[in-house]
Amino acid sequence: MSLHELTIHELAARLKQREISSVDVTQSIFARIEATEERIGSYITLCQESALAEARRADERLKAGGRSSPLLGIPIALKDIFITKGIRTTCSSKILDNFVPPYDGMAVAKLKNAGAVIVGKTNMDEFAMGSSTENSAFSVTRNPWNVERVPGGSSGGSAAAVAADQCIAALGTDTGGSIRQPAACCGIVGLKPTYGRVSRFGVIAFASSLDQVGPMAKDTADCALLLEAVAGHDPADSTSVPAPVAAYATNLDGKMTGVKLGLPKEYFISGMQPEVEQAVKAAVRQMEQNGAEIIDVSLPHTEYAVAVYYIIATAEASSNLARYDGMKYGYRARGKDLAETYFRTRQEGFGPEVKRRIMLGTYALSAGYYDAYYVKAQKVRALIKKDFDEAFKKCDLIVTPTSPTTAFKIGEKTADPLQMYLSDIFTISVNLAGLPGLSLPCGFDNEGMPIGMQIIGKHFDEARMLKIAHAYESATEWHKTKPKLS
Amino acid sequence: MNYEPVIGLEVHAQMLTASKIFCGCATRFGDAPNDNTCPVCMGFPGVLPVLNKRVVEFAIRLGLATHCEISRRSRFARKNYFYPDLPKGYQISQYELPVCEHGYLEIGAGEGKKKIRLTRIHMEEDAGKNIHEARGDYSLVDLNRTGVPLLEIVSEPDIRSSAEAGNYLRNLRAIVQYLEVCDGNMEEGSFRCDANVSVRPVGAQELGTKVEIKNLNSFKAVEKAIDSEIERQIHTLSEGGKLVQETRLWDAEREVTRSMRSKEFAHDYRYFPDPDLLPLVVDDKWIAEIESSLPELPAAREQRFVNQYGLPRYDAEVLTGRRDVADYFETAVKLHGNPKAISNWVMGDLFRVIKERKLDEALRIREWPVPAEHLAAMIKMIDEGKISGKIAKSVFSEMLASGAAPETIVREKGLEQVSDTASIEAAVDQVIAGNPKVVADYRGGNEKSFGFFVGQVMKATQGKASPQIVNEILRRKLAAQ
Repeated sequence: MSLHELTIHELAARLKQREISSVDVTQSIFARIEATEERIGSYITLCQESALAEARRADERLKAGGRSSPLLGIPIALKDIFITKGIRTTCSSKILDNFVPPYDGMAVAKLKNAGAVIVGKTNMDEFAMGSSTENSAFSVTRNPWNVERVPGGSSGGSAAAVAADQCIAALGTDTGGSIRQPAACCGIVGLKPTYGRVSRFGVIAFASSLDQVGPMAKDTADCALLLEAVAGHDPADSTSVPAPVAAYATNLDGKMTGVKLGLPKEYFISGMQPEVEQAVKAAVRQMEQNGAEIIDVSLPHTEYAVAVYYIIATAEASSNLARYDGMKYGYRARGKDLAETYFRTRQEGFGPEVKRRIMLGTYALSAGYYDAYYVKAQKVRALIKKDFDEAFKKCDLIVTPTSPTTAFKIGEKTADPLQMYLSDIFTISVNLAGLPGLSLPCGFDNEGMPIGMQIIGKHFDEARMLKIAHAYESATEWHKTKPKLS
Repeated sequence: MNYEPVIGLEVHAQMLTASKIFCGCATRFGDAPNDNTCPVCMGFPGVLPVLNKRVVEFAIRLGLATHCEISRRSRFARKNYFYPDLPKGYQISQYELPVCEHGYLEIGAGEGKKKIRLTRIHMEEDAGKNIHEARGDYSLVDLNRTGVPLLEIVSEPDIRSSAEAGNYLRNLRAIVQYLEVCDGNMEEGSFRCDANVSVRPVGAQELGTKVEIKNLNSFKAVEKAIDSEIERQIHTLSEGGKLVQETRLWDAEREVTRSMRSKEFAHDYRYFPDPDLLPLVVDDKWIAEIESSLPELPAAREQRFVNQYGLPRYDAEVLTGRRDVADYFETAVKLHGNPKAISNWVMGDLFRVIKERKLDEALRIREWPVPAEHLAAMIKMIDEGKISGKIAKSVFSEMLASGAAPETIVREKGLEQVSDTASIEAAVDQVIAGNPKVVADYRGGNEKSFGFFVGQVMKATQGKASPQIVNEILRRKLAAQ
């Protein structure tokens, strides 16, 4: 097996033993990118030179010995939404095409301190708005399992890079499913932590009350390691929570006995791809056989989730994206006066989906509509959260499909935004409720595309979520199957 | 028809915190443009605000001092609009749940006192400054001021005249200065005021059409602008015209308000709770701590000065207008218990020097031209007959010049009042002997020439003779035939 095919935990052991060096691993990764990137297009920016320098520094630290993070010397990819000092950060938008940040975000700083090697910045839907990575202003990213298909989104570049072994693991962000849905589409494991678990400082904001940083990796153990590295309270993010970070990775014992898994009837709906439903139900049966208790639960307000989400997320986005005005950084179109400069900068700088959402959000917050839309949506959001509180009185975790379909064809849904929005129908409620959710592979459809199963946990109960996901994963081979990208 | 003006004021007070409201940058003024900035206050992608605790403390201080209810739970909200000096495209302010509500301020109105209710006090961040170059097709932006904390104090429309508006502002300014929350400088814009003015027929209940006046840079501007606007509105209505709800700017040179924008062009700020900041929760314990640290406020102190020191209302009001002056006065009174004499010297000679030296531009005078101890000692010497009031004037000048204690000055310059009768008698005899014509004149009934003798004796004693004793001896000797 080539080094780029390995996981963090496999590599960390061998790096520690000094059987291999970080430079070896990093070179292997860049060779893999060289060989596959033309077909996949995961990255917007590659950092080969600085990555090799970081790898050499990591090797010195490994040589010096002593306690170190399992991420020391591991090549990691970052969604291009993470602010990286000195590395162009675009959020896949023309409006930030030339933007090189003067600071590092908290998650990135933590990775750097741990000694991780930054491979590059991955493609995404512009400002994380989309479910296919087709809304990137720069390029299309293709699904490593079938290059005619999308990798999901918005963290599609990170998902494709992990699936194609173009990095060992990656960070993504998830506002309505942007880690979990592409993880499902690309057959990897993706975890959205509890809102407040990971600092949002230095993550370009889409919808502040929903955005969360999370790991995307080849298996649950790697997700656990990466989450441990980036989680924790940050005084620079007032919404981050000072809850203790558990040793997620050492908690993975493969046992499932006694866990109560809730199955919400609202998540097995007509119109979803039959293989998806079958695969998730089969996975649930298998977990039951392995000692889990299956309990029927109900989340009655599920049907309102998409509507609520597209009011709250767009309202927040309309305000968050106001700073891209051509005055301070990024793209500027010159107009004959200030107003025209604003209009032209934003007209030319933003893509159509971003503009659509800014308009929706602006409308929802306007005088005379605020109560009917924004306030009402917040009330329904509280009901959705209450649904989960009720369900979690009966069970420990909730199991659902991650997305109603496997990865769809490139161009298939671009003409119909509403169809695109429905890709996140099973993931959105989790963000609205601020809960942790994880997607892991649980099968393939008739055309060989991966299927994802979502496990939802209680607030700050990532440890249990990872433990059960790992126990299922240990009993299956799905995650070990790799796309045939010769 | 007779009209009654209805006025409400909105004041923006820049807080005297060392750092900005949502980042660690300095609030200092006068630095090179954009020196006091960081990615947070410059609105870079990915940054988040973190609330400065001192800002909340200052807001609660002012809230308690103005009898407000302090919200145990309040929220920050975003006010969205585009402008180059607003780097995020929104201002973080408070909207639905401000930190303080339902307070009042007591002001002098005519003979009596009047309560002006406060609707709310809330915290927000200041914007930067656009600098328009005289030449060239561009403007520059200085973001040093961006994120400097402000308190917005909104009154109910309880004010009925420009004089009341002036009193309200002066009282409010004295309070923020006492609390050391704001330096209260209107000219430099750290204490800014917008006025909402309408008029209605006397006796009417419903409010007239409201006009907001901006660009008021001094107390005088506020008063004049309100008067001018009241006149304009009454004039328009009595001519049968209609008023429009609008924002008008005060033109201080031409002394008129002119229209800036009407209601149709008013912004829709799309306020909503800022999701980057948690609801602000303050507990009773903290509020109690802040309350116990509040200084005595101007109104209470003024009343105490009247009661305790027997000062006239006017003296008490002037002395308590500034916390440092009132402190100075009380220090002096403690050392020498003649409040009225001390008040006279403070309000007269000391104030003159303070004005000349522009010491009152600072929020707190730290170096007094004459320390309270010296002033008290000097007045004590007058009261004990050691120096005359006239000599005291020169002692005061000498204290200003050298900073020496009055006892030292009097001793070294030999200014001690001469009270021994023998030497004064000798001087009187000399004056009488040297001016036979005037003596005859006086004895002939010209009482007015008495002053001449006093002057001559004082001259002969270099002004040190006790005037009382000089008078006594002169009268006796001149009366004797």
